[in-house]
Amino acid sequence: MHDFHYHRASSLADALKALAAAKDGRLLAGGMTLLPTVKQRLASPSDLVDLAGLTELRGIRAENGGLGVGAMTTHAEVAHSPDVRKTIPVLAALAESIGDPQVRNRGTIGGSIANNDPAADYPAAVLGLDATVVTNKRKIKADDFFKGLFETALGEDEIVTAVHFPRPEKAAYVKFPSPASRYALVGVLVAKTAGGVRVAVTGAGACVFRVKEMEEALAKSFTADAVKGIKIPSKGLNSDLHGGADYRAHLISVLAGRAVTACG
Amino acid sequence: MADTGIGASVRRKEDFRFLTGRGTYTDDINRPNQAHAYFLRSPHAHAKIKSIDVAAAKKAPGVVSILTGADIVADKVGSLICGWVVKDKQGNPHKAPAHPPLAKDTVRYVGDHVAVVIAETLPQARDAAELIKVDYQVLPAVVDPARALDPGAAQVHAEAPKNLCYDWEIGDKAATEAAFKSAHHVTKLDLINNRLIPNAMEPRAAIGEYDPAYESYTCYSTSQNPHVLRLILCAFVLGVPEHKMRVVAPDVGGGFGSKIYCYAEETVCTWAARKVGRPVKWTAERGESFLSDAHGRDHVTHAELAMDKDGKFLGLKVDTIANMGSYLSTFATCVPTYLYATLLAGQYTTPAIYCEVKAVFTTTAPVDAYRGAGRPEAAYLIERLVETAARELKIDPAELRRRNFIKPHQFPYQTPVALQYDSGNYERTLDEALKLIDYKGFPARKAESAKRGKLRGIGLSAYVEACGIAPSAVVGSLGAGVGLWESGHIRFDPTGSVRIFTGSHSHGQGHETTNAQIVSDLLGVPIDKIEVVHGDTDRVPFGMGTYGSRSAAVGGSAIFKAADKIIAKGKKIAAHLLEAAEQDIEHAHGVFKVKGTDKQKTIGEIAFAAYVPHNYPAGLEPGLDETAFYDPANFTYPAGVHIGEVEIDRDTGVVTVVNWAAVDDFGTVINPMVVEGQVHGGIAQGIGQALLENAVYDKETGQLLTGSFMDYCMPRADDLPSFKIGMTHTPCPHNPLGVKGCGEAGAIAAPPALMNAVTDALGVRHMEMPASPARVWQVLQKTAKAAE
Ligand SMILES: Cc1cc2nc3c(=O)[nH]c(=O)nc-3n(C[C@H](O)[C@H](O)[C@H](O)COP(=O)(O)OP(=O)(O)OC[C@H]3O[C@@H](n4cnc5c(N)ncnc54)[C@H](O)[C@@H]3O)c2cc1C
Repeated sequence: MHDFHYHRASSLADALKALAAAKDGRLLAGGMTLLPTVKQRLASPSDLVDLAGLTELRGIRAENGGLGVGAMTTHAEVAHSPDVRKTIPVLAALAESIGDPQVRNRGTIGGSIANNDPAADYPAAVLGLDATVVTNKRKIKADDFFKGLFETALGEDEIVTAVHFPRPEKAAYVKFPSPASRYALVGVLVAKTAGGVRVAVTGAGACVFRVKEMEEALAKSFTADAVKGIKIPSKGLNSDLHGGADYRAHLISVLAGRAVTACG
Repeated sequence: MADTGIGASVRRKEDFRFLTGRGTYTDDINRPNQAHAYFLRSPHAHAKIKSIDVAAAKKAPGVVSILTGADIVADKVGSLICGWVVKDKQGNPHKAPAHPPLAKDTVRYVGDHVAVVIAETLPQARDAAELIKVDYQVLPAVVDPARALDPGAAQVHAEAPKNLCYDWEIGDKAATEAAFKSAHHVTKLDLINNRLIPNAMEPRAAIGEYDPAYESYTCYSTSQNPHVLRLILCAFVLGVPEHKMRVVAPDVGGGFGSKIYCYAEETVCTWAARKVGRPVKWTAERGESFLSDAHGRDHVTHAELAMDKDGKFLGLKVDTIANMGSYLSTFATCVPTYLYATLLAGQYTTPAIYCEVKAVFTTTAPVDAYRGAGRPEAAYLIERLVETAARELKIDPAELRRRNFIKPHQFPYQTPVALQYDSGNYERTLDEALKLIDYKGFPARKAESAKRGKLRGIGLSAYVEACGIAPSAVVGSLGAGVGLWESGHIRFDPTGSVRIFTGSHSHGQGHETTNAQIVSDLLGVPIDKIEVVHGDTDRVPFGMGTYGSRSAAVGGSAIFKAADKIIAKGKKIAAHLLEAAEQDIEHAHGVFKVKGTDKQKTIGEIAFAAYVPHNYPAGLEPGLDETAFYDPANFTYPAGVHIGEVEIDRDTGVVTVVNWAAVDDFGTVINPMVVEGQVHGGIAQGIGQALLENAVYDKETGQLLTGSFMDYCMPRADDLPSFKIGMTHTPCPHNPLGVKGCGEAGAIAAPPALMNAVTDALGVRHMEMPASPARVWQVLQKTAKAAE
């Protein structure tokens, strides 16, 4: 890695100040994505502003029947939280499927969604559960948050502080891990929410997306058979050594069916 | 003695050190005043270096020195060598283009060494490397061995027209052709043995050091064979007398073959240490391991098996193209020839075999021996072919194998491809394996899987391999540049403790335990009073290192011979102390007894007398310290049968290994637990090759697409079932321990068993490894279409 300045922020305001003062500053959460990139010199930020000291960004709270998850809450904390397991079990299961124990003990929900890796798991939960991303400035609906490949609605001076998840009626996430990295080759989250049925797909495209056709079919009949037959066009889907676009398209239908079944 | 002797599952002595993080690996060693090396590597698969400008980099903070190919030329540093000369069909030696430790004017693979930056710290070296300006003229790449011989293919070396390293043959062509003419049925198969990246847990590392007072070098290196590394560094590359070089290979975290070779990095660190007057240290990053460790396999083969109407094998014809990569690594040439084609008889009495091998250069990392080295390629070919033949002839695959097995009374068995198998009982291992997996119960299990919507398949693999390489005269006649004996040295201390010095090298195999068990058994010394020393050319007699499952068969035999010498001397001392005739002394497990009496001396008393020789035989040398060199009489021939069972998810193509039985015949087993561990690891690697691992270069650019664990898929614990392990024991008749070697068996046996199971489940003739979900799904799509 190249040399950089390290700041351990003492408050949100302090973090923002350090970020504003830096030539090319980056927020540091769990570092599970950012640090390898810096070590490999694929990114060379002038300053890293560490959010680890901000206890107000950490923790899980009951909120309006759903859950507020602080941005600095680790995947392990979400996976093991009795509240999450009780209120939104799909979220705990999804967090448990991320990486390995070391990654889950460091990586955070804020870092994951701010990074918006096309193969990451959390975006499927945020979009599929119709969550709201809370920042130092505003509240952003999930449908408006994920913009494209590693792209979000976050501004340069914007810090994710929490994510609010409403409680779904039922929901399940089925992940097909890429054999090597075990990120999602395809992951499908199906949820019956207050606002209707949502189907969110990660791993398959440049960015997490919803499948309206499946949502409509499931609204009529919430059965696996309702989605199994729906063929997803492979055009525009990701293709790599571990699966072509046609395979990913096929997996979306298979996994969506399985997710519906898992919803019970 | 049984509790720590031969045959006991003694807990590994070294594990406490390793598991508590107290091992000393090369990277743990730091020398006073050491500087750090960073290698600037080629970003291109193939390019001319038009110029290198290091001026700005030299001025960067902390830089001690920057060296390039020009310095290699100026200092007359030699080429890295290939130590095995293979002669082609016409009797000409293989093409051996120069392999400079730093590229002279051309780079030939992504990761090739362009310059080394030596600086006070590693980050400074890396920073400075970014300032080096290299002007490349990019040339076309060629990565696929099947394309390397094409007329339009990029030329890797001017010295090797058409990229041909050698065109070699073995066997009787005319007899084989005749066998095919008389055949009732011929089974043909085209197959690829996929390229693999070894990925030892510990990356390669080196420290070079020069002591001007003694004009001598020390090279710390992650080597599987420190003496051979010293020999190559001294005699071929750096031109240093051997007594002025010490090579130390401390704890080494896995090798799988990739640490046998003499690489550019340790060469450069050792050479540069003298130039800069400071120790120079380098440790590979994982990305460098992917790019620059010698890769394995990478064969493209067409094979045909001729049979009579009863399925008796009449002849085998094999045509293989083997990828050597960009340069010849230390033993690259012998892998697809003498370690591959000589095994093509497998466990069968096939009377006529003919094999041609074309070795080719490509713009990829060098390819060399990797766990199994040639034998996995042979076993995969034979066992896929035999399985396919059984399906075509509608004979049960176990039965077809049985009909063709070499029978126990036929040993020693001379194959038509040079080797003489020493011993074995192939039918017995097959019977045991069939029992272990419950072969008869398979149809019921298949039906049960079908109920759950899953496809189930079963696959056999009956392998034989050649280990314990090998009689020096034999390997010499085949082109080896070295002898392949081993040394063993047993040193008693006055108080009865023992050190064993061995020229073999442990990098995960458990030698500190198994070698100690041999001595504990033979000489009756408690195992905690025995220390095994290896991996230091200044402490250990010359030895040939560890690879090819040779450490017990050859290294253990040398220790056995040294123990014989201890016993012979001990008898003289005991006779004197017990006032008996030497011929009246009998020895067992460290107790020297006067025949027919209860008068005895223990080995501890003998050792004390030898070092405090107050009352001692006249004329006998004091001390109890013996060395033996053992040159094997033949290879050893471990063999076995593995049977794998898989379930396939039709919707996703995921293959799950649900059942695995392995029955191996390793002859005498010194430590069953250690052997089982070796078998487990081998199977994991074999399943890795068949199901998960694949090194892929971009066909156009020659970039390594699987350059990290994000894309290169290693086997993980949850990819594997619980293995059912069985063993049979036909002792090796020509070494004193009766051992055959077990280090590679699993990696050899597993891929064909797994692919036979996968193709059985899918109902297809063949598919290439690895059987990844996406590929299996493609096959399922095709078979579904065909069925429509
Ligand atoms: C071996 C390995 C396996 C993995 N497997 C998976 C997997 O299976 N599934 C999966 O989804 N992920 C996986 N990951 C990624 C992991 O989940 C990371 O934790 C996550 O992507 C980033 O979270 P982080 O807290 O580490 O963020 P960091 O790496 O610290 O930061 C990532 C980015 O987000 C920005 N950022 C961080 N916090 C905030 C914030 N509060 N507001 C605004 N911007 C912020 C940073 O500036 C940076 O740009 C894996 C990672 C590794 C190393």
